[in-house]
Amino acid sequence: MAGVMTGFGNFTHAVVRAIPSSLAKEALRMNVLDVDLVKAQREHEVYVGVLKHKLGLQVIELPADESLPDCVFVEDAAVVCGDTALITRPGAESRRKETEAMRRALKELDLNIFEMSDENATLDGGDVLFTGREFFVGLSKRTNQKGAEILADVFKDYAVSTVPVTDGLHLKSFCSMGGPGLIVIGSSEPAQKALKIMQQMSDHRYNKLTVPDDIAANTIYMNLPSKGHVLLHCTPEEFPESAKVFEKLKDHMLIPVSNMEKVKVDGALTCCSVLINKKAKV
Amino acid sequence: MTTEVGSETEVKKEPEKAEEQPAAPEPPATNQTDEAKAEEAAEQSNESPALATDSAEAPTEAKENQEEAQPADNATGQEGEDPPASPPASEKKGISRFLPPWLKRQKSQSAVGPKESQVTPKEEGGVVLVKEEGEKAEQAEAEQTSLTTAAEPQVEEEQVKGEAKPEQKEEVNSEEQEEENHSTGSAETQPAKEEKAAEESQEKSTAEEENKETEEGGEEKKDQEERLKPEGGHYFIKSPLKLTKKVKMVMCHVTMLDGSQFPCEVEKRAKGQYLFFKVCEALNLLEKDYFGLSYKDNADQMCWLDPTKEIKRQISNASWQLAFNVKFYPPDPSQLTEDITRYLLCLQLRQDIASGCLPCSFVTHSLLGSYSLQAELGDHDPDEQRLDYISDFQFAPSQTKEMEEKVVELHKTHRGMTPAQADTQFLENAKKLSMYGVDLHHAKDSEGVDIMLGVCANGLLIYKDRLRINRFAWPKILKISYKRSNFYIKIRPGETEQFESTVGFKLPNHRSAKRVWKVCVENHTFFRLMTPEAPTKAKFLTLGSKFRYSGRTQAQTRQASTLIDRPAPYFERTSSKRISRSLDGAPVINVIEAQDSGPTSVENGREPGLELSSDSSKSGKLRVQGENIYVRHSNLMLEDLEKTQEDVLKHQASTSELKRSFMEATPETRPSQWEKRLTASPATSLRLQAQGRSPPPRTQEPLPDLTVDTVSKSSDDKQKSDKTTLQAAEVEIEETVVVEEIRVAPKGSVTITTPEVVVAVETEVEKPKEEVIEEVKEEVEAQKRSVSVSSDSHSESEEEAGEYHPQVTVSASVDQIKEEPEKEEAKDHEEPDQVAEPVAEPESLPEVEVDAMPSPAVVEETPVAEPETALVAEAPSEEESTEDILVTPDEAPNGHAEDQPGLVAVEEEEEKEEEEEEEQPRVNGDVSHAETERIPQVICCSEPPVVKTEMVTISDTFAAQKTEIATKEVPIVHTETKTITYEAAQLDGSGDGEPGILMTAQTITSESLCTTTTTHITKTLKGGLSETRIEKRIVITGDSDIDHDQALAQAIKEAKEQHPDMSVTRVVVHKETELAEEGED
Repeated sequence: MAGVMTGFGNFTHAVVRAIPSSLAKEALRMNVLDVDLVKAQREHEVYVGVLKHKLGLQVIELPADESLPDCVFVEDAAVVCGDTALITRPGAESRRKETEAMRRALKELDLNIFEMSDENATLDGGDVLFTGREFFVGLSKRTNQKGAEILADVFKDYAVSTVPVTDGLHLKSFCSMGGPGLIVIGSSEPAQKALKIMQQMSDHRYNKLTVPDDIAANTIYMNLPSKGHVLLHCTPEEFPESAKVFEKLKDHMLIPVSNMEKVKVDGALTCCSVLINKKAKV
Repeated sequence: MTTEVGSETEVKKEPEKAEEQPAAPEPPATNQTDEAKAEEAAEQSNESPALATDSAEAPTEAKENQEEAQPADNATGQEGEDPPASPPASEKKGISRFLPPWLKRQKSQSAVGPKESQVTPKEEGGVVLVKEEGEKAEQAEAEQTSLTTAAEPQVEEEQVKGEAKPEQKEEVNSEEQEEENHSTGSAETQPAKEEKAAEESQEKSTAEEENKETEEGGEEKKDQEERLKPEGGHYFIKSPLKLTKKVKMVMCHVTMLDGSQFPCEVEKRAKGQYLFFKVCEALNLLEKDYFGLSYKDNADQMCWLDPTKEIKRQISNASWQLAFNVKFYPPDPSQLTEDITRYLLCLQLRQDIASGCLPCSFVTHSLLGSYSLQAELGDHDPDEQRLDYISDFQFAPSQTKEMEEKVVELHKTHRGMTPAQADTQFLENAKKLSMYGVDLHHAKDSEGVDIMLGVCANGLLIYKDRLRINRFAWPKILKISYKRSNFYIKIRPGETEQFESTVGFKLPNHRSAKRVWKVCVENHTFFRLMTPEAPTKAKFLTLGSKFRYSGRTQAQTRQASTLIDRPAPYFERTSSKRISRSLDGAPVINVIEAQDSGPTSVENGREPGLELSSDSSKSGKLRVQGENIYVRHSNLMLEDLEKTQEDVLKHQASTSELKRSFMEATPETRPSQWEKRLTASPATSLRLQAQGRSPPPRTQEPLPDLTVDTVSKSSDDKQKSDKTTLQAAEVEIEETVVVEEIRVAPKGSVTITTPEVVVAVETEVEKPKEEVIEEVKEEVEAQKRSVSVSSDSHSESEEEAGEYHPQVTVSASVDQIKEEPEKEEAKDHEEPDQVAEPVAEPESLPEVEVDAMPSPAVVEETPVAEPETALVAEAPSEEESTEDILVTPDEAPNGHAEDQPGLVAVEEEEEKEEEEEEEQPRVNGDVSHAETERIPQVICCSEPPVVKTEMVTISDTFAAQKTEIATKEVPIVHTETKTITYEAAQLDGSGDGEPGILMTAQTITSESLCTTTTTHITKTLKGGLSETRIEKRIVITGDSDIDHDQALAQAIKEAKEQHPDMSVTRVVVHKETELAEEGED
């Protein structure tokens, strides 16, 4: 709502989806890597467990759909901000149907649902970075200008700036919010370049936290009533150097979450959930 | 004099010039000068009746004029019939003719008033006259073209006034007279008009006039105080106009933010400011800097009414329909001081939201709507509240039942919230909207793709559809310019980039390009700068075009707002015409009362006028008085580190005089700021020239105060003289402003002071002249190109290509002026100049005050400036620089101009631009530029071949360099100047040393019989300490009979009494005596 920014990171609900067995072989990926399905599923369970038990969110778990190998990455199917939800039109043809289950779930949460009906528009939620004050939309292989425009139309309160994503799958493949006004950014050249663009485009000032590994820059930040600042980030096993960087965040409750398998199919931490704040809505 | 001589058009022009350059000291000068003199004379006469000495022509003349005016009634018809054959006779005759009965009355009144008590009445009378003339003249020009007959009367009046004075002057100078005669011959038409005017004026009843004057005068004064002098002038003008039946009144309809219509009758020639203040007065709005008046142009595009220009010049002829709107959306509305301001902002935002200009989501629509309900209806009433009560409200462009339900639901949660709180909440949410305060303009990028340019507080945003695709924060922008329909921004190179890049956008047309440019200039100035005026060195943007934001910046308005000391005004929240249960406990004040309060607020010092151009001119006019034989300037500096400005203000308020004429002279303010800046970086000063108006900063530190007096004598060209006069006026003003005392001694009418020159000198002393010249030439060429390019014209002076850039460069106008031939001349003159070094005797004081004595002017013949002519021809467009050039040709006038087609074009342009007085470059200014470069060269104003010769001499006491612009024919009056400076030991050099941050500055001017007191108050923040400094400039005018010492002692005594807790840190006495008149040739 208009109460914008005030409740950045406040979440009460999370929508997740189980991993279909088809993920291992059929899920889209930029690099050909073998995925250990069981490991991936266990990883995901831990992930959901953290949201549900450790953080106390109400988690809506959608069943897997074998025909949708990438369905676990729910983030791409919807963009939720406040009590408004935009059901996206994923850039990958094979993923378009993933939105159906998401739509139903969000409707049950009584969100204001907007559809991206334009046939020419594509948008993956992974390309949408909401900073609490504005949106940055990565123009990538999966997201085009039209998709960004529609997003801007839906979230009229906020500035929506576009950021070219030349490298990597999504905008959030190398960045995320690590706190209010804090952008976690990878150290690769494309990541840094994107950050510069974002900084230039914004009326607001952001702090940055640079981590050596791009993918490690994908974190989940929450600001929960009982926990304060919470940050889900990569594990030291995956990215030891990057993990050290997060240690600097003294005020944050740091929760390393393993994402070894899903990352092989380009799934980052944020990809696996859609976070919603039901209370904040007016 | 000149005025008479000149044809109608000339006359008109002249008045315009006069307005602009009110202060021109040149006695022999042109009509403008005459007018100025007349004003001065009136004032002077008030001050010192005895002034009428041969030497003191002005006063005498004024008196004569007055006298003549009365008799004129009888003679009017006859005289009018007679063309001015013989200069002297014609002059008188002309005067009489021109003087309409009412004028006579006024004059008589003014004369009487002055004698009795100068104060307000006199000022109004004298000033008004001048202003009227000038304005009228301008308008008249326009009108004449279309409405010859109708317009004539006004013009005539103006002319009359001006003429009378000029004539007197003419008498004094034989040469001038001759010239005048020529002009008179040409200007026969005027008399007839004048007669008509006179008749009309007669019809009006004196009583009415007086009443109007008083009433208007009060309001006007207030307004003026707030605004620049020019504005004030307008006001003044209005009053006289009203008096005169001739003045056409136009009914304006202003759509207020609550949708109501505010009808307001204004003089047809009223400037935007007048109407704006009327509206603000009606609203009881003090924090008015965030607002403005808008209108739709022919293309149905929303444009901001330029407060400094005439309304009719801006609005399409059809209807005078305007709207009161928020112009600068405060990024943080909570920092606004008054609830009424927030309320108005709320209304604007509701309008923006309902119209879809400010997009927001459903939820936001609902939330904002609920706050609106709370503010207007108070707590939700479960009994009566039905959805139908809401349907009257518009919360969104398209509003659904669902939304209304949501609104009501939210409304319930606001129980207990006062309207003011609800408004605050509304704003707190609205301000976060991404499009809050973003002014969108359609454009295309370099590839022809449709985009939108969004101008906002932080910079320029580029949108494609609804997406932000780029953003250029103000700090990133080095320069903003437009040419034709293109709008350019030069971008500061990034960390890794080596070169600055320029981004261009294509706008639908020239007008829209200019509009974007203006909005950018305004927003940049308002939000990014501490003080208006790019001219300041510190700021990164400099204005290439004459246009600039003349209001207060956000920083200044905030500062001013802290001084608001009134009970919260009561106002009704009537946007929905529902009776609000106002919980605001403010005392109830009727609108009328509010209006009254308006002035009061002004007194509080709340609004330091930032406006430059016009004000300066006014002040100049006032100073013109100083031309009298004896002029004394006494500066009293009072410093109080501890005191808050408010205290100071209170003190001042206590002084009735101050209250009376509290004028915020923007120019003055600037100078002080400049000074500080200059102090910081002396080199920057050059820029001022470009602006033209901005008074050159006086550098205090490196160089002792330098006063430069430029003697300009315009033999034939009235206009020239006028221009010079104007410049001089400006200069003087600046000087006044300067905390450190820099005094330009007003000399015989001929003397012109150019502050600019001073600056330049300081800065560029080391530069070789030639180099400078070359630079100038280059610039000139560039300008020429630009000029040729531009085509639109007219409406606003800043036409074709506007530029705004940080870099300090020689102002274009200056550049243009200089030309090779000039250089040569200059060289030649250098020697003479030196010889002619001023008599000024700067006393060796820590701070050297330079009094520039007008040394004998060197007369140089100016070869025909072909290049200039060419320029003129090329640039009929209105570029500023072009204008400057044009001006010169105009001046050239005495008939020779006709030969050159180019000149004609120029003149026309000038006329068009008359309104833009401010913008018009003054020849003098150009000269000054040249001078600025510190080259003692004589700069011949680019005068058309015909033009005889003008010499500009600038004398720096220090450098002993003088630039003199002298016309052979014009005699130069020598003035003896004596300066005594006293500085208290305690002087900490605050003025000189650290620049500090200027918090506020205001100037108060009051006049009494023999003295004009200008009080300049600046509040500076230095290292956490706020320092308030009061500078008083007391001009004692009179002949030798006056006991100056006593007067000075009295002044000091009064100052001490007024500010018991402050200490006098410096007293500078500047005495000027007019020794003799000499012809320089």
